[in-house]
Amino acid sequence: MMPPAFEYMAPTDVDEAIDLLNRYGDDAKILAGGQSLLPLLKSRITSIPYLISLSEVKDISYITDGKNSLKIGAMTLDADLEYSPTVRKNFPILSDALGQLADPLVRNMGTVGGNLSHGDPSNDLPSVMLALDATFKIRGKSGEREVHSRDFYMDTFVTALEHGEILTEISVPYWPAASGGAYVKFRKGTWNFSVAGVAVQLQLDNEIVKKAGIAITSMGPTALKASEAENYLKGKKLTAENVRHAAELVVAASQPSSDSYGSVEYKKEILRRISVQAIKKAQTRAEVK
Amino acid sequence: MSNLKVSITVNGERKEAEIEPRMLLVHFIREVAGLTGTHVGCDTTNCGACTVLLDGRAVKSCTVLAAQANGKKVTTIEGLSKGENKLHPVQKAFVDKHGLQCGFCTSGMIMTSFWLLNKKRKLSEEEIREAISGNLCRCTGYESIVDSIQEAERRMDESEEYIEEEIPARRGR
Ligand SMILES: Cc1cc2nc3c(=O)[nH]c(=O)nc-3n(C[C@H](O)[C@H](O)[C@H](O)COP(=O)(O)OP(=O)(O)OC[C@H]3O[C@@H](n4cnc5c(N)ncnc54)[C@H](O)[C@@H]3O)c2cc1C
Ligand code: FES
Ligand code: FES
Repeated sequence: MMPPAFEYMAPTDVDEAIDLLNRYGDDAKILAGGQSLLPLLKSRITSIPYLISLSEVKDISYITDGKNSLKIGAMTLDADLEYSPTVRKNFPILSDALGQLADPLVRNMGTVGGNLSHGDPSNDLPSVMLALDATFKIRGKSGEREVHSRDFYMDTFVTALEHGEILTEISVPYWPAASGGAYVKFRKGTWNFSVAGVAVQLQLDNEIVKKAGIAITSMGPTALKASEAENYLKGKKLTAENVRHAAELVVAASQPSSDSYGSVEYKKEILRRISVQAIKKAQTRAEVK
Repeated sequence: MSNLKVSITVNGERKEAEIEPRMLLVHFIREVAGLTGTHVGCDTTNCGACTVLLDGRAVKSCTVLAAQANGKKVTTIEGLSKGENKLHPVQKAFVDKHGLQCGFCTSGMIMTSFWLLNKKRKLSEEEIREAISGNLCRCTGYESIVDSIQEAERRMDESEEYIEEEIPARRGR
């Protein structure tokens, strides 16, 4: 299937890409790995007269240890993040999500920045970034700004990215010792995307939760942060009763709609169960460290 | 729309062409480079019949623009064998362990297996199944494919040598 015709441009630095985006206005879009955009173009769900590819931009694909955070360049391949030793060691929640994201071939082409910018509520990385309290560096004509992940997701396919802006870097803060996280994804059949997914990151202090980050995938118009569940767990022990109640608050934060994946009730039941699983797994990992 | 000049190294040979920007890598491989071992199955990024290596990574060439591969190296199934009938151990293992029936998925399966075995050894069955989860096969039920990959791993551990295989000439049309 051929995509509708377009002009293709491959600038070599970010500012040039921003200039091109501004020159062609609504007719232009960024192409990262193309693993969401090309299927949309090929099936002619959309057409884009000017594709500005970031594949030739230097210095936008990296994973570096900053002082307080892990810095990820937007064009870093999903696969590179998946196999990164520092991610395996410090962020098992990210390894969980990346290992189940699409399939290994799509991960060899898809980018972290593309997964986060697309604004698809079924993409797995947004909820993980929400749980980890990540911030996004965004560059446009008038300079650079930082947006917290919690302020980034507005609606389905709508993010805080203004037209003419590019996501350049993701900054994931290191959590203190005695922290751990997990991502649990429930799929149906062989379809890659989830019926529901939940990301949980916990910081413990002598069995008491000091801080919790919880967010959900595929359960509303965007990835959603479960703030009430996060606040509820703070200062509490992870008793069976408390975990059950937190899972109930995660379900209360969801806004699923009934579709071919299942009814609203079915999806909520799935979310309830995987939330308990994710909290327990995060707890185990926080205790081991 | 203006055409693009691209230069892609396919199996070690530089191919230059002026193409429409929307040309997919799989069409570049099949129609410009003339290598038809790479198949189009679903054309919707699901089946992996179109798998090739792009700068050493297995990707679905129906979901990559030829323009995105400009200046890069592509390896296709034709690039694995040496000459007409010297098969790579992965190819030979698929022959010996019946890793194919109709053969439609096979070039993609083999390219993914080749990428996998060059990246990691001592694979568990689960790791092998996960690695080929983007490649669909409608014939084998996957058992013989997993056997083939395990056999290929054993052989590659022993030696990376190519194996001479008499490939019968195709008869008829
Ligand atoms: C078969 C299949 C299964 C999949 N399954 C899953 C799954 O289970 N989970 C999952 O999370 N994803 C899944 N995906 C989607 C995949 O992860 C995509 O790679 C990802 O959503 C988009 O990343 P990309 O780099 O390919 O972006 P592209 O497709 O190139 O771009 C996506 C969008 O983001 C914009 N964009 C990209 N980068 C930037 C940037 N730096 N700044 C501003 N805007 C930008 C583009 O303009 C475009 O609108 C699947 C895809 C396929 C084909
Ligand atoms: S033809 Fe490319 S994935 Fe099926
Ligand atoms: S051998 Fe027929 S599809 Fe795999």
